Amino acid sequence: RRRAELPRPGNEEKRSLALGGHVGFDSLPDQLVSKSVTQGFSFNILCVGETGIGKSTLMNTLFNTTFETEEASHYESAVRLRPRTYDLQESNVHLKLTIVDAVGFGDQINKDESYRPIVEYIDTQFENYLQEELKIRRSLFNYHDTRIHVCLYFITPTGHSLKSLDLVTMKKLDSKVNIIPIIAKADTISKSELHKFKIKIMSELVSNGVQIYQFPTDDEAVAEINSVMNAHLPFAVVGSTEEVKVGNKLVRARQYPWGVVQVENESHCDFVKLREMLIRVNMEDLREQTHTRHYELYRRCKLEEMGFKDTDPDSQPFSLQETYETKRKEFLGELQRKEEEMRQMFVNKVKETEAELKEKERELHEKFEHLKRIHQEEKKKVEEKRKELDDEMNAFNRRKVAVETLQSQSLQATSQQPLKKDKDKKK
Amino acid sequence: KSVKKGFEFTLMVVGESGLGKSTLINSLFLTDLYPERIIPGAAEKIERTVQIEASTVEIEERGVKLRLTVVDTPGYGDAINCRDCFKTIISYIDEQFERYLHDESGLNRRHIIDNRVHCCFYFISPFGHGLKPLDVEFMKAIHNKVNIVPVIAKADTLSLKERERLKKRILDEIEEHGIKIYHLPDAESDEDEDFKEQTRLLKASIPFCVVGSNQLIEAKGKKVRGRLYPWGVVEVENPEHNDFLKLRTMLITHMQDLQEVTQDLHYENFRSERLKRGGRLPSHAYVFLKDFSMPSFQLRRMQEMIARMQAQMQMQMQSGEGDSNAVHGHHV
Repeated sequence: RRRAELPRPGNEEKRSLALGGHVGFDSLPDQLVSKSVTQGFSFNILCVGETGIGKSTLMNTLFNTTFETEEASHYESAVRLRPRTYDLQESNVHLKLTIVDAVGFGDQINKDESYRPIVEYIDTQFENYLQEELKIRRSLFNYHDTRIHVCLYFITPTGHSLKSLDLVTMKKLDSKVNIIPIIAKADTISKSELHKFKIKIMSELVSNGVQIYQFPTDDEAVAEINSVMNAHLPFAVVGSTEEVKVGNKLVRARQYPWGVVQVENESHCDFVKLREMLIRVNMEDLREQTHTRHYELYRRCKLEEMGFKDTDPDSQPFSLQETYETKRKEFLGELQRKEEEMRQMFVNKVKETEAELKEKERELHEKFEHLKRIHQEEKKKVEEKRKELDDEMNAFNRRKVAVETLQSQSLQATSQQPLKKDKDKKK
Repeated sequence: KSVKKGFEFTLMVVGESGLGKSTLINSLFLTDLYPERIIPGAAEKIERTVQIEASTVEIEERGVKLRLTVVDTPGYGDAINCRDCFKTIISYIDEQFERYLHDESGLNRRHIIDNRVHCCFYFISPFGHGLKPLDVEFMKAIHNKVNIVPVIAKADTLSLKERERLKKRILDEIEEHGIKIYHLPDAESDEDEDFKEQTRLLKASIPFCVVGSNQLIEAKGKKVRGRLYPWGVVEVENPEHNDFLKLRTMLITHMQDLQEVTQDLHYENFRSERLKRGGRLPSHAYVFLKDFSMPSFQLRRMQEMIARMQAQMQMQMQSGEGDSNAVHGHHV
């Protein structure tokens, strides 16, 4: 039975037609915008960096608000992920922003496992989405997407190179999330040192095969600015929520005895560049890349693991339904087989134990018989001995009687002829 | 005589890579102790072990000679697993004590070289909120062996308020964990007010927050050592910018005290532990070591006296009569 061939898109010829008047479907983009705005957007940022390096301050500076956090301790025994979700609104656009902190990162003496909780968190969010997608009754439009759209990796401004932990961690994350590396607390590096530092970092990333997020250059509208920005990576940022008077304006800045570092001054640091790239230009691309690249990769690997394939040996596309059925049958079959195995094992075990018990019983019985025999033998011996003793006693008694009789006879005889005896004696 | 002989001082420098140690040392001694330094990249650091690199320089200033040994510890804190980070460092410190103990108990003690570590600058990161677990573990492992001076370099990342807060936090944590750092002795009562005030200021500034640099920058019409930023110039020797001058003053004026504390406290600790443990020492050492509770300076003086008496006896034997005054005239 052959399946009906559905016309595939792209096989037909496209014909362009001219319109005679205004139809009105040019409002489609507006409709899309309107719909999106009503739905609201969600954006999830993962911040990874040493304790105290300025993650919270930078978030506050980027979003011009104060997200409540207490100062983190250096004494966490292991890295743990702490997500916090906030509802922000600008004009009529609603943003559900989730900031995830890798608390305790870099503090332990043994950092071998530091990357693991981070990878597990990212995978869990993918898994949750996959589960929702595979549901029979699903509500994806309603679903709160918690997948991480961007990982801001905070590099300590040593001026030398990346730390060993940075390299190892980024390598583990680069196939799962969009990484944007930034140099934190950059007001401690002079201009010339910064230039060298950026080059060193990028070359280390390249030579170790770490894939960081590239701002997209395929869309004409943003290609130019994005490629310029790509060349400025990693962004050297300074964060601050304090305001200092510069000239006659209050600006966000850091006040030092030797000068004032202005956060939004592009000759002081790259904060403005980061804000542009992250929020104003590429936020949507970050979300899209997360879905079409990182999530797809996760999904594919997961499903392959479970044994799903896209085409069977005859190159006919599988339907998910059929695959499900097959899988289910397999699974149930497997279950039955296991059950049978266990039952068989149980039966065998019982037989074994029974046999053992029987054997023990036999042994016991043998012993008993043996003992009984010995006992009888002993008894016989005792009987014999007793008989002997009896005989001896009888013999003794007869002799005794005989001797007594003799004695009494001789006594009579001597009482009658006592002299004769003496005379006999004297002779 | 001391000036002629010159001073010996060994300074150990410990801290994670990139905290500004080398720059600070070069700034303190106005020299370049690390002319051809190769800094490894991240991949090489993953399993890096700690090395000990000692470099000795002879510095002279106004006729005063200083034989300075700087012991560097590259690799500290670099590896992903820093569990064995400090074994090498502790062994090194103990080895110097062991060598000194051996030399001190030897027959020819005229040229004992003192390579014991007199002071350890421990660098704390200015980017965190205080001490990290590795800092605490390390300092506790060496605080009975060497004078620890905690230092915060790259202080130009901290505003004045942040600096005060960090200093206080570190001092609190040092106390909380029972870490013994080097304490500057109070000024003697017969010293002048200026010196007393200086000592008070120094004590109040610990741990020192410093900025190092050997680059000359033009600022306010003159050339100063500093760091040039788009927003201003950080001057190394400006006390309003950082504690560099205080650190330098402390080190210079307390060099002698650091050596004495090393000798009288840390070395004596090592020695009594070592002798209790037993092990090999030249046998004649035991002639003088009957009473372990005798303080070292008394012991030393006894040794000196005996040596002198021996010398006198030699002379007497040679000259026949000998000058009895020579024996009685000595201060004992």
